[in-house]
This record gives sequence, C-alpha cells and structure tokens, in this order.
Amino acid sequence: MSTTATPSRSASPAPAAASSRPGVLKLGASRTAYEVRVYFRQADSLFFTFLFPSVLFVIFAVAFGSSGNVGTAPDGTGGISMAAYYLPGMAAAGVLLSGIQNLAVDIATERSDGTLKRLAGTPLPVPAYFLGKFGQVVVTSILQLALLFAVAAIGFGVELPSDSEHWLRFAGIYAVGIAVSTALGIALSGLPRSGKSASAVIVPVLLVLQFLSGVYIQFSVLPEWLQNFASIFPLKWIAQGMRSALLPETFAAGEPGGTWDFGMMGLVLGVWLVAGITLSLWTFRWNRKDA
Amino acid sequence: MITTLSGGPVVTVESLAKTYGSFTALRDVSFDIARGETFALLGPNGAGKSSTIEILEGFRDRTGGRVSVLGSDPQKGDLDWRARLGIVLQSTGEPGNVTVREQLTHFAGMYPNPRRVDDVIEAVGLTDKAKTRIRALSGGQRRRVDVALGIVGRPELLFLDEPTTGFDPEARRQFWDLIRDLQAEGTSILLTTHYLDEAAQLSDRAAVIAGGRMLAYGPIDSLGGEEARIPKVRWREGDRLHEERAAEPAAFVSALAARLGGEPTALEVVRPSLEDIYLELVQTDESASAATPSPDLADLPADTTSRAAAAQTGSRR
Repeated sequence: MSTTATPSRSASPAPAAASSRPGVLKLGASRTAYEVRVYFRQADSLFFTFLFPSVLFVIFAVAFGSSGNVGTAPDGTGGISMAAYYLPGMAAAGVLLSGIQNLAVDIATERSDGTLKRLAGTPLPVPAYFLGKFGQVVVTSILQLALLFAVAAIGFGVELPSDSEHWLRFAGIYAVGIAVSTALGIALSGLPRSGKSASAVIVPVLLVLQFLSGVYIQFSVLPEWLQNFASIFPLKWIAQGMRSALLPETFAAGEPGGTWDFGMMGLVLGVWLVAGITLSLWTFRWNRKDA
Repeated sequence: MITTLSGGPVVTVESLAKTYGSFTALRDVSFDIARGETFALLGPNGAGKSSTIEILEGFRDRTGGRVSVLGSDPQKGDLDWRARLGIVLQSTGEPGNVTVREQLTHFAGMYPNPRRVDDVIEAVGLTDKAKTRIRALSGGQRRRVDVALGIVGRPELLFLDEPTTGFDPEARRQFWDLIRDLQAEGTSILLTTHYLDEAAQLSDRAAVIAGGRMLAYGPIDSLGGEEARIPKVRWREGDRLHEERAAEPAAFVSALAARLGGEPTALEVVRPSLEDIYLELVQTDESASAATPSPDLADLPADTTSRAAAAQTGSRR
C-alpha cells in the first residue's frame, strides 16, 4: 500500500486526558438504564423472575381461599385471609429471585455468550458494572413488588399496612435483602460452567431454600433441626422480616422465639452481605483467561 | 513507508511464547508495529494469530517474552490504557436485544472522547438499520456492529481479528474504505485476516505465522524475499507445459520467441501475488515440519526465519 506523504496520516488521534474518562457513578447509571431495558426485552426472565411471585401468589390465594382465616382469636374474631398470610413470603421470594436467581443466571450467560469479554475490552470499571446490575435489580424488584402488592390488594382485598412504622420496616428489610441478594447473585455467577447450565444449577437450590425458609410452607411446621439449618441462610430472615412488616403484630408469637428477633435478623443478613460483597469483588473476573 | 512516524512503536513483541499445558501455541514471535501503521498477521487456522492478538489485548497471559502495547504491559494495563484501544474480537455472540444505535450509544459513553454515534453507524453502512435490534441483523451486519463498537471510542490502536468474515464483496470494499479513513486519521491497526488481497490492500507490513512460529516478517511488498517475487513465464511446446522463473521476463520472452521462431503458444507472464507467496511459505513450512519429527530439529527453521526476518527489517529502517 502506498502511503506517499499523506500529511494527515501522521496526525494521531488526540490522546484524551485520563481525567475525562466518565466516572463510576455516571457509568453505573448508564449501565442501569441499559440493563433494565435488556431485562424487559427478555421473555424468559420476565416470566421466571419478574412475574413469578405474583403468579404463585394468585395460585396460593385461589387454592387456599376457602380454608378460612389464619390466626383468628378463640372467639372467632380477627385473623387474616390465606392471601394476606402468603403475601410476605411471596415478597421475600421476589427479593431472592430478582437478586440471586436473576443475576447468577444472567451473568453466567453473559460470560458464556461473549458479552463480558466485550466489556472487558472497554474501559468500563468492574464496580460500574456491579452498580448497573444492582440498579437493574432495584428497579425491577420494586416494580415486581408493586405489582404483587397491587394484585394482593385489588384482586384479593389484602389489607396493606397503614402506618409508617410498618412501611419503614418493609423499606429496611427490602433494602438489606436486595443488597444481600444482589451480592450473592454476583458471587454465585462464577459457579456454573456455562450460561445453559446456570438455570439448572441455581434454580433447584433456590427452590429448596424457599421451601425451607417459610416462603411456601409455614416455617413453624418444620422440625426444629430443619429450622435451625434454614436459619443459617438469609432467605429465612428476609421472609421473617417481611412478615414483621406485613402481618399484624400478634403473628410475632408464631415465630420460633415468639418475637420478630430483629437483632439476629440484622446479624445474619449483615454477615451474608459482607460475605457476598467480598466474594463478588474477590472472585469476579471478566473472562477466564486460559479457558 | 514514507509516513512520518512520531514516537516509538505502538506495539513491541519480543520472543513471545505461549504454552497451554504441554501444547506450544507460540514460540519466539517477535515484531513491532509503528505508530500509524497497519500491520497484518497472516497464517492458517490454528497458527497462533488469535493467541497473539489476545495476549496483546490483555485477554490472555503470555508464558514468556516481552510485550509492550501503547507503552504498557497488557497484563498490567489499566482502564486509561484500555480507553486507547479498540478491539474487534474474532467471535461475537451476544443475544442483541438492543438496537444498533442503543448499543453504540451505550458503548460510546464509556470512552473519554468517543466518535459521534451516527457517524460511526454511517461509516459501517448501517444507517438504515440503526433502529433494528442487533439479533435481527444478518451475520455480516452483526459483524459491522462489532467493527463499529471497536472504533466508537476513537482508539489509537485498533485490533481487528478477522473483521470481514461473512461480508459480501461490496461490504468488504466499504470496509476497506473505512479502514483507509481510520489510517488517514493516524489510527494504528493490527489486522488478522484470511483474505490475502485484504492484507495487500490495507497493510504496510505483515508477519506470517504457522504452527506458532514466524515464517516471514516485513513490508507487504517484499514478504517472502526477492526470490519469491521473480515472475514466472509459462508457455506450451508441443503437448508439454513449461514454467520458468525469469527476473527479466521481457528479455526472456523475446529470446523464447526468437528460439521458437514465432509467438509461443499459451504464453503467460505471472507475477506471484501475495497469496501465491503466502501459500508457498506455509506449504514449505508444512513439508519442513513433516520432515522433522524431532522437536529438537524443529527448532532450527524457527531460528533461521527469525534471523532472516530481523535482517530484513533492519534493512528497511
């Protein structure tokens, strides 16, 4: 090729100053918008993650609708419908699915289809990628819970809390739960060898966990040793927290210690949060270098 | 190359080696790429082209040798370093649930000084498809999206790993024009390709690698040495085809005509194309390695070629 003295040929593109590279927060916001858009364009994630709690809630509420109220006083007053009783469990499942299940499968798929390798070739910082995932989980889970509450309130006449204290409880348990769930989702995404195997590896484990953690079955009917085992994991505490926010105070008596046990709840979730974040930062790689 | 080359080389590779377990993917590969230059890495499948390019991109760690890309060791390159690179990987496979413009806008936002998204879309000829989701595009169109993503960050150094696979002839010509525009802006380019005409059209210098070793290295118009470029004269005498190499084909043909007492039958004067030279290099290497089963002996040709290559570049600088 003849490049005979084209003067412009020697003019390199001006190397941009390092300082003008976009910041992590700005990129995190841009990733969030992108991730949310992609999320809602994927039919499978929309069904298995987004609509799943609402669908299950409707099934439970309809199936057990005729079983009468739960927690009625001896004189036959009070108590709540089965629908109301199942709502906190479904909310906890939503937090779990939006974070762990969604992210573990999503990131494993991105690793095997080349998306992560492409991102690895760009100046995108890993924390901005994490922020984008967190943002996606927050946006989608809030919409998911809003849908669930709307279905419960409008479709089944479930009474939602009317005081700010219970809503604050809900906000707190949601915030901690979603953070734990996101961190663990990222941490677990490195386990499946491929995107295809990700669902097969992650979904059954989480399903078992949901049965053990009082999401589908009343926690108090489990044998004590199984209760103790389930108490190691975060979901049991997220579900308990959701009950504390969404059920009448009298239901605290139905918990293992007869109280909501916020102290232990905070401790277990705190440990999982720190472990999840540490594990994510420590194990996450854009690509397996010599795979 | 008459181009003024400011600063040192953008890529320096010295005695690069890469092994995967007991398999030697690369050994003693050395070359450099000057600023503003387009350099082609040629070789058959499995020759080690992608291993080389992925080591330079920081996607793989080398086993031995020294590598510098834009002044940094790719294994330690930070994000400011990454922002100066453009990468078009050999394989793509994203689900593509976003439109062409959405994808490019998003990626442009990661760079300090990106190109205008619409300009890039136009440059790769996808203006009509800007609002189409990537997964609805044909293979060749998706490949153009890859190229667009590689250049949207206004890279100083662009890696193109078999960029035109799946392009129709017209798309390939458009791609060449795009590369020439990038060259005019001063972008340095490392290109791997199976199309020798593409390498001849676009690149200043090239290296040929096969079996993880360098077989030739130098300016594209002297690759393989003077010997390989001597024109061939072919003609027919009776029912026999003759072929001879002639450094001065006109003199040879006129002598031939005089000897035969007229116009030679089926006369051809052929100047070996880059493809002919390349095939000869690779085939000679295959027969050479087939003849030397012992790994100790196989070292020998590697040394001689790299020494020859060094001599050749020395004379060009």
